[in-house]
Order: sequence, then C-alpha cells, then structure tokens
Amino acid sequence: MSVATPSVRSLSGLVARPGTASTAVSAPVKIDVDRMNFYYGAKRALDGISIQIRANLVTAFIGPSGCGKSTFLRSLNRMNDIIPGTRVEGTVLIDGQDIYTPGVDVVELRRRVGMVFQKSNPFPKSIFENVAYGLRINNMARSKAELNDRVEESLRQAAIFDEVKDRLHESALALSGGQQQRLCIARALAIRPEILLMDEPASALDPIATQRIEELIYDLKKTYTIVIVTHNMQQAARVSDHTAFFWLGRLVEYDRTDRIFTAPAEKLTEDYVTGRCG
Amino acid sequence: MHTRRLEWIIERALFVCAALSVLTTAGIILVLAVETFEFLREVPVAEFLTGTEWTPLFATPRFGVLPLVAGTLLVSAIAMVVALPMGLLSAIYLSEYAPDGVRRIVKPVLEVLAGVPTVVYGYFALMFVTPLLQRVFPQMSGFNALSPGIVMGIMILPLVSSLSEDAMRAVPRGLREGAYALGATRMQTALQIVVPAAFSGITAAFILAVSRAVGETMIVAIAAGQQPRLTANPFVPLETMTAYIVQVSLGDTPQGTLEYRTIFAVGMLLFLMTFGLNLVSTWLRERFREVYS
Amino acid sequence: MKHRADALFRTVALGTLLLALAALGALVYDIVSGGIGRLNWQFLTSMASRRPEDAGIYHALAGSIWVIVLTGALALPLGVAAAVYLEEYGGRSRVARLIEINIANLAAVPSIIYGLLGLGVFVRVMGMGRSVLAGACTLALLALPVVILSTREALRTVPGSIREGSYALGATKWQTIWYQVLPMALPGILTGLILSLSRAIGETAPLITIGALTYIPFAPDGPWSPFTVLPIQIFNWVSRPQAAFKENAAAGILVLMALLLLMNLIAVFLRDRFQRQGRT
Repeated sequence: MSVATPSVRSLSGLVARPGTASTAVSAPVKIDVDRMNFYYGAKRALDGISIQIRANLVTAFIGPSGCGKSTFLRSLNRMNDIIPGTRVEGTVLIDGQDIYTPGVDVVELRRRVGMVFQKSNPFPKSIFENVAYGLRINNMARSKAELNDRVEESLRQAAIFDEVKDRLHESALALSGGQQQRLCIARALAIRPEILLMDEPASALDPIATQRIEELIYDLKKTYTIVIVTHNMQQAARVSDHTAFFWLGRLVEYDRTDRIFTAPAEKLTEDYVTGRCG
Repeated sequence: MHTRRLEWIIERALFVCAALSVLTTAGIILVLAVETFEFLREVPVAEFLTGTEWTPLFATPRFGVLPLVAGTLLVSAIAMVVALPMGLLSAIYLSEYAPDGVRRIVKPVLEVLAGVPTVVYGYFALMFVTPLLQRVFPQMSGFNALSPGIVMGIMILPLVSSLSEDAMRAVPRGLREGAYALGATRMQTALQIVVPAAFSGITAAFILAVSRAVGETMIVAIAAGQQPRLTANPFVPLETMTAYIVQVSLGDTPQGTLEYRTIFAVGMLLFLMTFGLNLVSTWLRERFREVYS
Repeated sequence: MKHRADALFRTVALGTLLLALAALGALVYDIVSGGIGRLNWQFLTSMASRRPEDAGIYHALAGSIWVIVLTGALALPLGVAAAVYLEEYGGRSRVARLIEINIANLAAVPSIIYGLLGLGVFVRVMGMGRSVLAGACTLALLALPVVILSTREALRTVPGSIREGSYALGATKWQTIWYQVLPMALPGILTGLILSLSRAIGETAPLITIGALTYIPFAPDGPWSPFTVLPIQIFNWVSRPQAAFKENAAAGILVLMALLLLMNLIAVFLRDRFQRQGRT
C-alpha cells in the first residue's frame, strides 16, 4: 500500500487504488486511520475503516443517513468520548501520533482539531464573546488588544465580519441561521486548529447561505485540512477534492471526487451517486 | 498536566458535596441511635414499645410510647379520610375531565395550598375549624384530634392530587381510546381503565401522604393538645409523637437527662416509621415507571 | 342512565376540587379578617412584649431574614455542586445511583427529624449553640434535596449542542460547565433555590427543636446571636390563651405570607425570563 495513494478497504477487502498525476495525491497524509471499529455499547457502528486524509485538501464523507459518516467524523477529535458506552478499536493517527493511546490530552487534541456542527450552536452570549471563548480558555491571547485582533481576524476569515462589526457585543442568538453558522466557524478558527471537521454545516441553511459557506470552505483549505460530512452530493462534488462513500458502517470507496462521481469502481457507489439507492 | 490535576480536584470536590447527602442520612441515624441507645439502657425496650402510659415528666415517670403512637395514628387516619378520596377525585377531574384552561388555573392554586406554612394551618385549625366543629359536636373539646386531622388532610390533598394526576397522565392514551372505542363513558374509562393502570403510582402517592401526615408537627402541636392518651375518641385532647418532641424542646430540659433522651427515642421511632413508608413508596413508583417506559 | 352516572361523577369530582379551593378561601378569609386590624407600622417595628398591644414582629422578621439568607448561602453552593456531580460526572455509576436514592428519601424525612439532627450535630457536637448559624445549617440540610433536584432539572435543559460546541474548542469539562452550562442554567437554579427557601422560611418544628427561643426581645446581630423566626413567634402567640395575642398571630401570619408571596413572585419572574431565553 503506497503512502501517496488514497487507499480503500471495501466490502470485499483491501482495494488499493493507483494514484493519478494530480496535485491532490502528492499532498502529505494528515490523518491516517487503520482498521478502525467503533461500538455503541455492543452494537458495532463502524467496521474496519481505513483511510488516509491529506493535508490542505477538502475531503467529503457521503452516504445515506445512519451509515456512520458522522460517527466517524466525531471520532477524529474524540467527540464521541462524551457519549457513555462507546468504544474504539484500531488506530487513528494525526501527524503520525495515535490519538487514542492512553495519555493523550483530549483537550489539546480538540484544540488542534476544530469542529463545526450540523445545527449551529452559538453560546447564548455576545458575538464577540462567542469567538473569544476558545481564546480565553486556552490562554491564547496575552492582552486585550491581541484578543480583539484575533476575534476580528477570525470573523474576517469566516466572512462574517462586515455583517456584524457594528454589533459585536449584541447577542449571537439574534443572528440569522447562516450568520450563526459562520459565527461558529469563526469561533472554531479563532483557536487556529490544523484540521477543521464540519458535520453537515449547511444542512439547515437556505441556498444563499449555503453558497457562502461553500465559498468559505474553498478559501479555508489553503490554511486548514478540512473534512466535511454531507448528505448533499452536489455539495460534495462542488467543494471537495476527495470523497469517501460510507454504507452501513463501512467505507465502500475513497477516491478523487471527480472519479467517485464519474467513474466509481464499486457498483454500490455508482448506485448511490446516481440516485438509485439510499 | 496542570489543568488535568485541577480537573481531578474539582471532580473530587463535587463528589464530596454530593456525598454530603449520604452523610446527612448517616448523621440522622447516628444522632438518633446514640441517644436512643442511652435511653434504652434505662428503659427496657418492652416497656417503651408496649407500655400504655407516657408520663416522662412526672415524679414517677412512665415510658410507654403507645399513647403517642396511637395519637399520631388517629390524627393521620382522619387526615387520610379527607386527603385520599378528595385528592384522588380531584386528580381524576384534572386528568380526565378538566379543560386545559381550568387545569392551568387550578394547579397553581393547589400549589399555593401546598406551600402554606404548617404553622398557618395550625392557626386555621384552632381558630376556624375547631369552633365550626364545636357547633356540630358540642361535646368536643377545644383541643382534639378531629380538627387538626381534617386540616392536615386539606394540607396533604395537593400532594395526593398532583402525584396521582402525574401517574394517571402517564397511562398511555391508547388504553383510553381502546375503552372509548368500546362505548365506555369517561367515568367508566377513568375508574375501570385509568385508575387501575395507574394503581401502583397512585398507591405510592397515598403512602407518601401517610408518611407526611405521621411526620407533620405544627398543626397537631397547636390544635391537638398535649395530653398523651390512648384513645380512639376524636373529640378529646391527645398528643402525637411530633407534638411531644416540640413540647419538650420548648421547655429547658437539661441535656443528658433521661427526659431529654426521650425526644430522640421518639424521634427514632418516627424516623423508622416514615423511612419505611418512603422506601415502599419509592419502590412502588419505580415499578410504575418501569411499566410505562 | 350511563350518561347520568357520568355527569353525576363529573359533578362530584369537580365539587371535591372546589371544596379544596373553598378551604383555601376560608383560610385566607380567616387570617385576613383576624389580623388585618393589627397590621400597622408599630407592629412591624416593635419587638416582642408581654403586653399584646405593644408587641411587634420586627425581631422575628429580622431573625427569619438572617436565617434564610444564611441558609441560601449554604444550600446554593452545596446543592449546585452535588447536582453538577450527579448530572455531569456521576453518570450511571453505582455510587451516583445510591446518592440519588438517598436524596429522594431525605426529601421525605419529616422536618422535625432534621431538627433533632441539628440539635445533636450543630448545637452540641460542633458547639454552635442555639444560634442563627445552627438554625441556618439545619435548614440548609433540609432544603438541600429540593435544591439538588431542581438544579438537576435546570442542568438538563441546557442543550447538548452547547456542551459539544465548547468541547470542540478544546475546553475542559469543568470549563464547559463553568462558562457555558451553569450560566445558562442559572435562572432555573435560582428559581429552584428560592422555592426551596420559601418552604424553609415557613419551617417551625426543626428550629423549635434546635432550641430557637420563643421569647426574645431583640433582633439578631450576627450568625452567633440567639434568634427567633416568624413562624415560631406566630406559634408562641397562638399558644397564648388571650384573644389579643391570637390577633397578633394572625397579623404575623400576614407578614409571613407577604414574604412568601414576594419570594414566589421573584421565582415566577426568573422562570419567565428563563423560558424566554430558552425560546430564542
């Protein structure tokens, strides 16, 4: 199995796919997952997932609801730890380090691996305080001026600053759904993570707000490694470089996005992307 | 690493606060047990539990607790005669008949009834209910079991009503619809389907009500009198276990004396009675919850 | 026939309910008519006296406020800490379950038993004497189960997404609870606290048991001061044979009920704000 190739373990076992001459495949591996199983109590929710996610690209996870794509995403920053009765087997390496070995500081991990949720979840505080929160708890601003600068910078990065600059100290709950979601992205960016996990970030938004989020993702991949879960295949096709297709807790196929949508190797993938199942 | 140790310390500290409640229970049992033990070294258990005279403050003291127990049970029984049927009927009305608007008004009013301090109920029993009853029963004494019993029933009624209503509302709607579909009236549905289905929940409420009545203090201390008396006559003064504890606490009985220890011995008996009732009530409620979840 | 029975039953059930409400009406009427004549500025500002017409409620009102403020100061941190442990940390462990059952049972222990506990532990073993502090400690233990139960309910209303949002930013568990969960639950917690204190302020038996004095002609001046409270003063007046003292008792009840009403209004106001905040 070549390190420079997105590899796939499909239903039938290990299927390594030769790489093509795109910039995508030459990017270094950021997240390397090997034969990972995930359990809710006795129920196995993920089955032998192996995948290599590359730095500074957008990787999309697609698949029908309940296929495990969100569970897998949440296991990349150990967000599932807070659900009682869950268990992980196999290895998940980030920059070569196993995040599930004992002694790993989960809090530090989550600072490096940021997350944006399906439903925007601003804290019931001011816009400013929402962004400043992560900086404060991680002691990332040495002065008031630095705090202000980093909040503004994050809001600009999330392309929301111009809309809220006059009301930074008003409640975040007064923002529209799309603005709230971009605020949550700003909040995640403020602590400068290396990886940004996005769990269906646009599923609750109207088309215009969705478009703004997608443009934002395109800009952000220069700086961040982005993993996005979506049930919207057009969205996956528009924003991502690589796409992974999940089905019933297994990773069926993982490849460059254009190939997944034009020439998938698996019949199941083809059926799904052409709308014949799922 | 530093934050991790801090997190650990915080979790331990929070645990200690939670464990304080267990310490409270332990403290209650310990305090009562120590003094009761001292008491029983001087008064034989048999005399305490089966004696029919309670005169600990007399020159020739007698320590038979039965008059106090009987007084407690008589007042509680009167309270239950008022609270149980009225509470259950109110609950049936609120759960099965009342329109939403009525329920929205009545429930807070019942909460007010439950929130009135017991000393106020004591005043009400002595100053309003007793004179009223004396017009009907001229032979009735100014201090008696009937008046505080009735008022205690009114006080406990909201508890019975709200817990029973909760239990009835937890009965699945499908059961009611099944009965209606067979042509049952609302009364038939309520009495033959809903109440039996909610039976263990309602029983739990009833038992909790008994426990409240047994432990209630101020109403009886004000309106029932202070004369330990083994009687079933609701018209004459008597004394309950709680009223006795109040009576001794009001005087200056020096600590360490036998008289002083009597209140702990009586308290121990009271604690065991209510604790047993509470355990049965909790157990029944758990069982009810298991059936409908 | 079937329908006649149904209508009759409905009437009886409704009648019972109305009877209970009528009892409340009679109680209010009895107390207002008995006490309103005595309620004046002199009554509110005077201390206890052997002559009913000179007696006032000031010392008992001051005692009640002292005791209840201290009770709140003790019960709030302890109750919230216990609730946070059970709701956020304890999970489904056996110890947590044991503590839960224990709290449920404590909530149903008669208040006079807490008085005996306070007498044995605070007054004697810990040497607090018959002081405001001993009274507050006793009432705090009495109020704790309710504070814990209502705080847990308030914590449960904080959506999980807020917790996840905080964790995803690298917050520790305690940071998440302290900065996000507790501030959101605060109005609910305070509502529960005030309601439990409004129950504690009407408590008489446990304070009589720990030896709060029934006749005391001065207001407390500190946590170590001897004291009396409104319900005990009312009890004292009710127990006197003279009619004039009974009138004082009714007036005292009016003061106590006004205090309760005030506390409940604050609680309703907080609950209302809490719900509005939850909706946006």
